[in-house]
Amino acid sequence: MSDSTTPAHPERSAPAHPERSRGTAAGTNYLNAQRGIKSWLTTLDHKRIGIMYLVSVLTAFLLGGIFALIIRIKLLFPGHYLITRAQYNELFTLHGAIMIFLFIIPSIPASLGNFFVPMMIGAKDVAFPRLNLMSLYIYWVGAAMALLVILIGGVSTGWTFYAPFSEGPDAGHVILMTVAVFILGFSSILTGLNFIVTIHKLRAPGMTWFKMPLFLWSIYATSLVQILATPVLGITMVLLALDRGFHIGIFDPRYGGDPVLFQHFFWFYSHPAVYIMILPGMGIISELIAVHARRRIFGYTFVAFSSIAIALLGFLVWGHHMFVSGQSVMAGAVFSFLTFFIAIPSGVKVFNWLATLYQGSISLRAPMLYALSFLFLFTIGGLTGIFLGMLSVDVHLHDTYFVVAHFHYVMMGGTVMAFVGGLHHWWPKMTGRMYSEAWARLSAILIFIGFNATFFPQFILGSRGMPRRYYAYLPEFQGLHVFSTFGSWVIGAGFFIMLGYLVYSLKAGAVASTNPWGAASLEWQTATPPPTENFPVQPVAEHGPYDFEEVVAAQAALEGSAS
Amino acid sequence: MAADAATNFVIHLGSFWLPRQGSTLAPQVDRGFDLALYVGVAFFILVVVPLVLFVWKYRRRRAHDVGKPTGHNTAIEIAWTVIPLAIVMACFLVGFRGFLRASVAPAGAYEIQVTAHKWAWHFQYPTGKSTDNELRIPVGRPVKMVMSSQDVIHGFFIPEFRVKEDVVPGSYTSVWFTVPKPTQTLLECTQYCGLGHSGMLAKVIAMPDADFDKWVHQVKLQGSPVAIGRGLYTSKGCSGCHSINGTRIVGPSFKGLWGTTSHLSDGRNLVVDENFVRKHILDPRSLPVTGYPQVMPSFKGQLTDEQINDIIAFLKTVK
Ligand code: HEC
Ligand SMILES: [Cu+2]
Repeated sequence: MSDSTTPAHPERSAPAHPERSRGTAAGTNYLNAQRGIKSWLTTLDHKRIGIMYLVSVLTAFLLGGIFALIIRIKLLFPGHYLITRAQYNELFTLHGAIMIFLFIIPSIPASLGNFFVPMMIGAKDVAFPRLNLMSLYIYWVGAAMALLVILIGGVSTGWTFYAPFSEGPDAGHVILMTVAVFILGFSSILTGLNFIVTIHKLRAPGMTWFKMPLFLWSIYATSLVQILATPVLGITMVLLALDRGFHIGIFDPRYGGDPVLFQHFFWFYSHPAVYIMILPGMGIISELIAVHARRRIFGYTFVAFSSIAIALLGFLVWGHHMFVSGQSVMAGAVFSFLTFFIAIPSGVKVFNWLATLYQGSISLRAPMLYALSFLFLFTIGGLTGIFLGMLSVDVHLHDTYFVVAHFHYVMMGGTVMAFVGGLHHWWPKMTGRMYSEAWARLSAILIFIGFNATFFPQFILGSRGMPRRYYAYLPEFQGLHVFSTFGSWVIGAGFFIMLGYLVYSLKAGAVASTNPWGAASLEWQTATPPPTENFPVQPVAEHGPYDFEEVVAAQAALEGSAS
Repeated sequence: MAADAATNFVIHLGSFWLPRQGSTLAPQVDRGFDLALYVGVAFFILVVVPLVLFVWKYRRRRAHDVGKPTGHNTAIEIAWTVIPLAIVMACFLVGFRGFLRASVAPAGAYEIQVTAHKWAWHFQYPTGKSTDNELRIPVGRPVKMVMSSQDVIHGFFIPEFRVKEDVVPGSYTSVWFTVPKPTQTLLECTQYCGLGHSGMLAKVIAMPDADFDKWVHQVKLQGSPVAIGRGLYTSKGCSGCHSINGTRIVGPSFKGLWGTTSHLSDGRNLVVDENFVRKHILDPRSLPVTGYPQVMPSFKGQLTDEQINDIIAFLKTVK
């Protein structure tokens, strides 16, 4: 590769603000300003809260990932193997519930968002720091309850909790799990609320809406969905628990309820939740592509508004999860139509990113590798959505592995790639250390290959008629299942390597400079790691977030004078 | 009982992606699938080829290079919004048309009642015949499944026929299809329903119309003759007049009846044996038992010879 890997010029960039280029190793920063576990647990610093969220969601990801690996190992064989049916049902339920509610929904907003939203707008903190800490504690309470469910015997409804199965005797600890989800919802609502107010109220002088990095637009859009949709999930969970506990007859036909109503309620949240998951990922991709191709995003305004459009339209398509649930043909038609409509803004974003790469100056560092993975995988995820959006075709594919593959391409190939790319991109700023570029590239490549090996065969399995959530399967499907399981080991290897070099970098990584990528947004214009107050003086947004010429030229000049 | 998925079922492939087309609905669904596949592959190439080209062509050569300033191109932005929109709307229409056709069963479709429960399928035919985990259908005629569940939501999915619909407790849903030629395939449950979910399979057998007619009219319940006889005793209504515990309802109890001597009002004393019973079932008036009203209906034409044999077998056991 022809790009320089680790710039060796410590702590210097934007020379317009010489006071910002103080040394990091000696100076105080948010990490060493206070010490001790108590200082972390009582902190109001959005950066520390972001870090604690980061550790929490990554732990959840590890747990959910281990469950996935066990599921895949079981599926090496069509019949009984390794675990029982009951254990299998619990594992896929927990894999889904943990990945969705404990990992992917809070992942980007609560960790990277918490850390960088205030920094990117040039603020000292979020609007409500106490609320921010509270949302973290609420998350922990919800997570602890979910763990308790695992310890006392699990739950086996699938993450979707469909009634009346979830009200039956063999569903496990449903009430406790719904309470956990209910509680987690509050954490999500509070985070969203905080970001909306922060972005409205705390922008630095000169930081107009259209000078905001696109990550902020996407977080803003996500926050809207979080505060509008999450209450519906909360109410649904309460109703389900009441129906199960007291037979009030909302969803269970035995007591006069309607089980399809549950699906409407559930997807009224859970489809918008798909955008809670993907929009922040799209925001990160805009940053990664702009910074690592050193080019302003093509069609900034479109990309910004499309996030808002996606967030709002996302409320109108929940019924596309229910084409075969017995809803009317008319309803199916309307939901299918709107589903295709909402596909357009997402698709056009991909074209915008491509157009940004055109005539860029593309570095192939790990963050960019993840951004490219995102483009590749998310495109497949989106295009296979066309199959599922078509009413007649969805009838065949619904509830098969095709759907499993589709949403993993979108959620893991999309959101997780963006999250991991963002993690690498901002790792130097957060920790003050550089990760190993060589190892990072290796694991990015492993994850990309492993991902496709795992999930592409699942499209084929699905279209050939393999239903999801099956413990046992027809012998003819074994070949593709085995391939998929091998792929999951490659993904696993990629992530474990990542865990290794990231942890190692904390101890032994090269000290990171203020602005190792030559980025132009505000978070890179302060010390690494940032001081508790983020900026020594109130920053002013003089130029746009993607005006790289000046920043890079200044870096070049400094380097020239140094040598 | 629920079979394990690993035994004796197959889905035959028709192409790389899809099972063979077993119903008249399948070709239309597959055309939709193919359309999505072409559109998908075309867009995929449209994204990935430039992606690879750009990454190669515009790779960073010197550490302090920056990209060219981003321009503006309204024409291209409109084009890449409107053209994909038109294409996906075409997809919508194709999907909608196929769905509409699959939604409305033709008038006069042959109706089969489907009852799903954890973890088996029960099929009831208009003749009163019923089967478990085996669905038989006539070839060349539209058949309609009228479905309901006894417990949780299940999913009725026949991959080779491209039909799927949830089976919901407390309400009825339906699917229909026409199978053009005799075939055997597999029905799967697609809505997660617990421990036996992946074993909730049924064999689907499409038979020539004439064979199906013959089969569906042989109303014979499975099981041992005694068990079948016991079933007929209730299902044919004998139990309304004859007890099996010695109490008198309308007619004499069946308890201990076998082998005794029956006193008829015309003076004859006959042993209750095979011939007696058979004759009494088919023509009760010819053997009037003293002390009882002559109200037992004739079952001529309602019970086959085999079924009478089963009832006899059962009677022998009522002691
Ligand atoms: C509506 C009431 C009724 C029904 C239904 C009915 N029976 Fe009877 N059955 C009677 C009566 C009353 C008698 C005695 C008078 C007679 O012989 O007609 C009788 C007599 C008999 C006898 C002779 C008993 C004896 O002591 O000799 C047999 C055998 C018998 N029934 C068999 C059946 C069978 C088998 C069925 C069902 C397929 C059936 N019955 C249905 C009313 C009924
Ligand atoms: Cu089922």
